[in-house]
Amino acid sequence: MNAMDSGNKFIIEPADAVGRSAAPSKRGGSGSGYTARSKIYPRLARGSFRSIKWAVMAITLGIYYLLPWIRWERGPGLPSQAILLDFANQRLLFGPIEIWAQEFYYVTGLLVLGALSLFLVTSIAGRMWCGYACPQTVWTDLMIAVERFWQGDRNAHMRLDAQGWTFERIWKKTATHISWLIIAIATGGALVFYFRDAPTLASEFATGTAPTIAYVFLGIFTLTTYLLGGIAREQVCIYMCPWPRIQGAMLDRDSLFISYRDLRGEPRGPHKRGESWEGRGDCVDCTACVAVCPMGIDIRNGSQLECIQCALCIDACNDIMGKVGRPSELITYTTVSNLENATTGPRDGLRIIRPRTILYSALIAVVGALMLWSLTHRTDFDFNVLPDRNPLFVTLSDGGIRNGYTLKISNKLETSRHFTIRLAGLQNARLQYVGFETSDPVIDVGPAEVRALRLYVSLSPSARAQLKSDLTPVIITVVEDATGHESARSTTFKGPGQ
Amino acid sequence: MSGKKHLDEITGVETTGHVWDGDLRELNKPLPKWWLYVFYACIVWAFGYWMVYPAWPTLTGYTKGYLGYSQRAEVTKELAAAKAAQDKYRVGIAASSLSDIKKNPELFQFALAGGAALFGDNCAACHGRGAQGGVGYPNLNDDDWLWGGDLEQIHTTISFGVRSGNPNAHDTAMPRFGLDGVLQPAQISDVANYVRSLSHLDVDTAAASRGAPIFAEQCSVCHGTEGKGNTELGAPNLSDAIWLYGNSQETVMQSIRTGRGGIMPAWSERLDPISIKMLALYVHSLGGGQSTPDKSAPADAPK
Repeated sequence: MNAMDSGNKFIIEPADAVGRSAAPSKRGGSGSGYTARSKIYPRLARGSFRSIKWAVMAITLGIYYLLPWIRWERGPGLPSQAILLDFANQRLLFGPIEIWAQEFYYVTGLLVLGALSLFLVTSIAGRMWCGYACPQTVWTDLMIAVERFWQGDRNAHMRLDAQGWTFERIWKKTATHISWLIIAIATGGALVFYFRDAPTLASEFATGTAPTIAYVFLGIFTLTTYLLGGIAREQVCIYMCPWPRIQGAMLDRDSLFISYRDLRGEPRGPHKRGESWEGRGDCVDCTACVAVCPMGIDIRNGSQLECIQCALCIDACNDIMGKVGRPSELITYTTVSNLENATTGPRDGLRIIRPRTILYSALIAVVGALMLWSLTHRTDFDFNVLPDRNPLFVTLSDGGIRNGYTLKISNKLETSRHFTIRLAGLQNARLQYVGFETSDPVIDVGPAEVRALRLYVSLSPSARAQLKSDLTPVIITVVEDATGHESARSTTFKGPGQ
Repeated sequence: MSGKKHLDEITGVETTGHVWDGDLRELNKPLPKWWLYVFYACIVWAFGYWMVYPAWPTLTGYTKGYLGYSQRAEVTKELAAAKAAQDKYRVGIAASSLSDIKKNPELFQFALAGGAALFGDNCAACHGRGAQGGVGYPNLNDDDWLWGGDLEQIHTTISFGVRSGNPNAHDTAMPRFGLDGVLQPAQISDVANYVRSLSHLDVDTAAASRGAPIFAEQCSVCHGTEGKGNTELGAPNLSDAIWLYGNSQETVMQSIRTGRGGIMPAWSERLDPISIKMLALYVHSLGGGQSTPDKSAPADAPK
C-alpha cells in the first residue's frame, strides 16, 4: 500500500489508507473490533450542483410516484394502466407492448442495456449514478431535507442533539420520524401500484380490502425506505452496496471524479482579509466541504471509497472561494490524468473517446439494435414444434412410418383466433390431429391462450421411398385464417434410414 | 502475534498483528457496531426459529416446533386442493362413455393429461416412457393390436389384463408346439420359414412350401388361413411388418417351440375406473387407436 506515492494518490482507497482528518474516527486504531458510527450533520449546500440535485430528485421521484397513474386504454376487460407488472397474469404491460413470461428476455435485455449504460457513464463521468440518481441517494437526500426542516441545519441540529431530552428535542425528533414514515409509506405504496391497477388498489387500501400480499409489500418497502433512507443512509453505501467496489473496474485515469486540487490548495491555512496569497495555497481550511458532505468525509484526503461524488463539496468550496476572492473550482470534477498534468482552471481536457468507452458504446448499440429488431419483428402469435423423441418414429403394420409432433400455438391477442396448419417437404403424407376428425382442421385458440396439439404424420410403404436418409427436413407452417399471417418452423421427419 | 499494537508505517492505521511472508500485514478495518448487533439479532432469531419451526433431529424423529409446520402437510393440502379442483372433470369422466368423453374437448384434454401421467407411473415400466414397447412388450404407438385397438377394446385390456389371473382377462396363449411334442424340429423350421414368407422376408422357399400345410393344420385356427391374426384370441398378425419378439428365423422358431404368453396385470384391481378410462383414452390417442370396432370385416383382417 503505497498510497502516499503521489502518482497513486487518487486511486480509490478506503478512507483510512489516506487518513481521515475531519473525523478522526474510531475506525482503525481503537483496538476494539467494531467501530461506532459517528453521526453526520450535513449542512445545506447552495450552488449549481445542489440545484441539479434538487431537479434530479424532483424528476426521479415524480416519475416514480406518477408513472403507475398514467392510463393506457387497451380495450374492454383489459388493464388500462400504462406500466403494469401484471405478475398475477404472467405478463408485463408497457404501453402498447405486452410481454409474456416466455418473452422475459426483453426484460433481461433492458437490464443488460441498463448495466452497460451504467458502465459507460461510470467510465466517462465516474460515480454519476451514486451521486445523483441512485434511489438510496435520492431518498436519503429527501430524508435529510425533511430532517433539516424540523431540526434545523447543521449547527442548529448539532445544538439540538447536544441538549438533553428536552421537550423541544422530543417533539422535533418525533415530527421528523413521523414525516419519514409518511414518506416511507408513500414510497412503499407507490411501488405496489406498479403491480396492480393503481386506482383499484388505492380504493382497496382506502376500504381495507386490498390483497394481503399488497399489505406485505407495502410494509416491506415502508420499512426499507424508513430504515435505509432515514436511518442507515451513508452506511448503506459504505458497508452494504457492492457497486462502489465493482465500479473501480470501470474507472481509469480519464474518468471524471471529484477531487481537491492539492497543488493549488496547499499549503492550506486560515486566511485573514487583506493578507497576501503569496507562498500559500487557496484552501483556507474552513471545512465547508466537510460540513456539507453527506458521507462525512474530507475530500481533501483524496479519492475515497465513501465518496459518492455528489458534488456538494464543489458548491460549498466555490461559495467560499467567491467570498475570499479566489478562483472557483478548487474542488472540482477532474481526472487523474489532468491532476498529474497539473493543469489548473475549470476547463480541463476530457478524453471521452477511449477503447473502454468505445467498447461499452458498441455493446449498447448491438444489444439495443438486437432488442429493437426482435421487438419490431415479434408476431402477435407464436408457434413452436416439438418433434417426438421417444419413440423417434413408429413403424406401422403395413411397413409405413409415422412421426409424432406436438404443436404449440400461442395467441398473444385478447381475442379468439383461428389457425390452419400446413406441412411441406413430404409427398403423400397422411396427417392426423388428435381430437380432430379431419386432416385439415381449423384450430381455435382462445384469448391469450397457448394451445397444444398432437399431430401424426404417416408415410405409406410406397411413400417411404422419398426418404433419402434417417432425417428428412420438413417445414410446418401455421396460418392465421383472418389475416393470412403465417409462422413457419423447420423440423425433421425421422425414419430408420436406407 | 506480538502483544503490542502494530501501526502501519504509511497510513498510521493499526494492523491486525498477523504477518505473512515476513512483511505482509493486514490493516485492521473494523466493522460497524450495528453490523455486530444485527449479527446478534440473527442469533436470537435463530433461537426463535428453533422454537417455532422444525429444527433439530432427535433419536426418533425431529423437533416439531410450536407452529407444527411441515412441508409434507402443505403438499398434502395442496394436492387435496388440486384434486378438488379436478372434481368437475373427474365426475364428467365417470359419468360419460369413452366416445362421449372424446367428443367433449375439455374432458378429453383432461383425460389425455391425466392419462399421460398415469401411463408414466404405471405402464412405462414395461411399455416404455414413450409407449414404444420392447421385445415382448407391445409398442402402443403403432396400429397393430393383439387384442384390438378401439377405445372399448383398449379399455377392456387395461381393466382385466392379459393372462393376469383375473376371471375376465384375455387368457389364450400360444401353445408350446416343440416342447409338447406336437411338431418336430424340422417341421418347426419349415413352418417358421412359411410364417416369415407371409411378410415377404427372405426364406428358404422349399422349406416354406413344406411348412404351408403344417401352418394350415396347426396355426390357421388362431392366426387365420392367411396368417392375419385374430384379436379375439390375441393371435398376432403374421403378415405385417410388426413383430413383438422379432422376425429372425431363430426367434420365430423359438416362438413356435416354446410358445409365447406375456402377462399384463389387470389394472382394475389397482386403479380406479376414472384412471382406467383416462389411460384408455391416452393410449388410444398415441396414434394407432382405431376409430370404431370394425364388425363388418372378418376378424382376421386388420384395417
